[in-house]
Amino acid sequence: MGADGGTSHAFSSGGAHRLYRHGHSPVHALPPHTKLAAVLAFVLVVVSTPREAMWAFAVYAGLLAGVAYAARVPAGFLLKRLLIEVPFVAFAVLLPFVAEGERVDVLGLSLSVNGLWGAWNVLAKGTLGVAASVLLAATTELRALLLGLQRLKLPPLLVQIASFMVRYGDVITDEMRRMRIARESRGFEARGVRHWGVLAKSAGALFIRSYERGERVHLAMLSRGYAGSMPVIDEVTASRAQWSYALALPCAALVVCLLGWTL
Amino acid sequence: MHAPDGFINAPVSAAAGLVAAGAIAVSLRGARRELDEATAPLAGLVAAFIFAVQMLNFPVAAGTSGHLLGGALAAILVGPFTGILCVSVVLLMQAVLFADGGLTALGVNITDMAIVTTVVAYALFRGLVTVLPRTRRSVTVASFVAALVSVPASALVFTLLYAVGGTADVSIGKVATAMVGVHVLIGIGEAVITALTVGAVIAVRPDLVHGARGLKQRLKLRVNGELVDAPQAAPEPAPAAARSSRTVWITGLAASLVLAGFVSFYASADPDGLEKVATDHGIDQKAEEHAIADSPLADYGVEDVDDARLSGGLAGVIGVGVTVVAGTGVFWAVRRRRTGDAADAVSPADTSV
Amino acid sequence: MDGVTASLEVSGLAFAYPDGHQALFGVDFSLARGERVALLGPNGAGKTTLVLHLNGILTGGTGTVTVAGLPVGKRHMAEIRRRVGIVFQDPDDQLFMPTVREDVAFGPAAAGLKGAALEERVDRALARVGMAEFKDRPPHHLSFGQRRRVAVATVLAMEPEILVLDEPSSNLDPASRRELADILRSLDVTVLMVTHDLPYALELCPRSLVLSDGVIAADGPTADLLADEALMRAHRLELPYGFDPRSVSAAPGRP
Repeated sequence: MGADGGTSHAFSSGGAHRLYRHGHSPVHALPPHTKLAAVLAFVLVVVSTPREAMWAFAVYAGLLAGVAYAARVPAGFLLKRLLIEVPFVAFAVLLPFVAEGERVDVLGLSLSVNGLWGAWNVLAKGTLGVAASVLLAATTELRALLLGLQRLKLPPLLVQIASFMVRYGDVITDEMRRMRIARESRGFEARGVRHWGVLAKSAGALFIRSYERGERVHLAMLSRGYAGSMPVIDEVTASRAQWSYALALPCAALVVCLLGWTL
Repeated sequence: MHAPDGFINAPVSAAAGLVAAGAIAVSLRGARRELDEATAPLAGLVAAFIFAVQMLNFPVAAGTSGHLLGGALAAILVGPFTGILCVSVVLLMQAVLFADGGLTALGVNITDMAIVTTVVAYALFRGLVTVLPRTRRSVTVASFVAALVSVPASALVFTLLYAVGGTADVSIGKVATAMVGVHVLIGIGEAVITALTVGAVIAVRPDLVHGARGLKQRLKLRVNGELVDAPQAAPEPAPAAARSSRTVWITGLAASLVLAGFVSFYASADPDGLEKVATDHGIDQKAEEHAIADSPLADYGVEDVDDARLSGGLAGVIGVGVTVVAGTGVFWAVRRRRTGDAADAVSPADTSV
Repeated sequence: MDGVTASLEVSGLAFAYPDGHQALFGVDFSLARGERVALLGPNGAGKTTLVLHLNGILTGGTGTVTVAGLPVGKRHMAEIRRRVGIVFQDPDDQLFMPTVREDVAFGPAAAGLKGAALEERVDRALARVGMAEFKDRPPHHLSFGQRRRVAVATVLAMEPEILVLDEPSSNLDPASRRELADILRSLDVTVLMVTHDLPYALELCPRSLVLSDGVIAADGPTADLLADEALMRAHRLELPYGFDPRSVSAAPGRP
């Protein structure tokens, strides 16, 4: 639903994407695949932590705060992005009311104990997950993320599809925006279900344009010697020191998690 | 429905991840067979299209609006393999670039939003197109039904995953009811938009609608009575002797699905008039939130707010779900046989065009 | 302009699309090395079809295309595509990689160039179109004129024998148009420029071909062709209002 939001680009602005914050912190400087691996491992550890070990989640939050500090990502930016979680917060808030089992009275409301734990579980783990992803996105350029995925052995074809999507996402959203402006310039404004036909025609036209552009892009690729696989132009590498630096986060989290299980 | 981290426990997330990886591996091979070396640019552009079209506002009433999820549309327009790849890539990029959907939940999200929607929609669509008369109207009807069923089917699979790996003891009946009920409602919007969009494409470039390629050739022949127009005109393998019995099967299945879907929709929507309001408000709130959150992708997940609000017993809905799963299996088997034939019929890749 | 040094030789080229629509009906011409030639023609004359034959994207008709002595065909496809650089009309189609640098590197990298040699090739190509400082930008954030220049660089990086430009001046503002003309004049490769823009053809190309209804209808000095009103009218080629080809000094030929 962002098409009407303005003229900014969905993916990129000056080589970066929406969440990216330009900077030169040590976190920015880490190779993208080490960061991807670290965030993934960290989130896995968080998800595997028993929800009863509440202190562990506080420590995780502290770890992330440390990373945010090192990356010079302001708290406000991070907190604003956590809004993306709102739907699930609502779900979590409902859980104590609908879940089964033993109940307790809190301020006159009868709440399910299990539901309360469930709510806490979703909130804590979801929030930490979003925060970790936001930190990754805030410190890694778009192109680097794709290279990182490639380096982490994602199937090359999938990375190529993602690259093309990223390259042409803005082109296509721009086309969509121009079509909307053209509609509105002719006095058309979609107000209800009866206007869906017109909007769907735009969507259909957009598909045709996208597909035809795909065909032209393919011709352009063939013309420059493409024969089925993309040449490797850039490859990211990481030193042992960079790996250990990046993996410090999930390793610390793992220690906390193990303590959480044993304590 | 972009599930965050921790919504589904680690083992089930991992299992879903494996399922997703397997399906993507199969799709990568399938897409290569369909599009050959043009796979990367074409699938990439279609993914960009899906990404863009998810941002297209379809006003419902009184300032509220909905938008397309796109799985069924992708499946019908570019086929199930490419469709799965496109939607998966969109989900992957949403998770990595916009923190939308948890990284550990990626498998879950891909399974229910990319795989289930595309497979269910495509199977139903192909089944209906085979059964119905060969007209454009049939394609529209088939698109409608396919998209309508794909959304609650996806919700149902999500519910099943939640039943196995959920992190709170909610009665699974309640969750299923809420999820499927609301998603049938969402599915209607999805169905209308998908059918209209497919109709718009087929009016201009029928050859681009993957799911209706066989249809196009037959139409052309009847109208012109002359030249065949495409070199890739590998004739759609005609359904063999099994056709008549299969027709009965498919018709019955589709009819029951549609019926069950509609019944459960009315059953769920009517007792609680507030629910529609809730949906509207949810979407409304989403729009505002988006203005703050500043990302076109910041929305999408809101359905689940409303899901949880919905209540009321709907045994029929679970029936739909079971039917959908069973139907998917049947269609999948049928389709696999058919694509096997098609793959043989297509001549070896001609890279010079 | 023929014989051993020809950059490009097209003879007897005819082609029909699989749907039966015939676009080319026997096209013959040849370009000498280093020539700059305009290919003029109305919409639907078969210009794009012809261009796609030059690097073997379309094949299967009759006739032959030879690039610097090498026949276009499956056997030498990689080499042909390196030698014939096509700049497509929409730079967004041409620039498909995430950054300018990678885009320019795509062709040479596909041909096997790596490391420092690749980097040097990219820098040189970008310098030739004056876009060196935009190396790490994503193409989407360049102006249209800049994108077109980068598109030219992506092809120059392959060090082609012949540069084929499809409507190079379309959608350019006058300044970008002049900048591109300066760039094209500074290159020492053979150029075939497909265009409707007759003043641009006159400015840049001493010689022109008129493609109409799938055949070469005229071949001669650009100034002479543009001054031939009957010819122009017969092939739906119109000069802009107030433009008199006789009053402008034609493009200087190269030795």
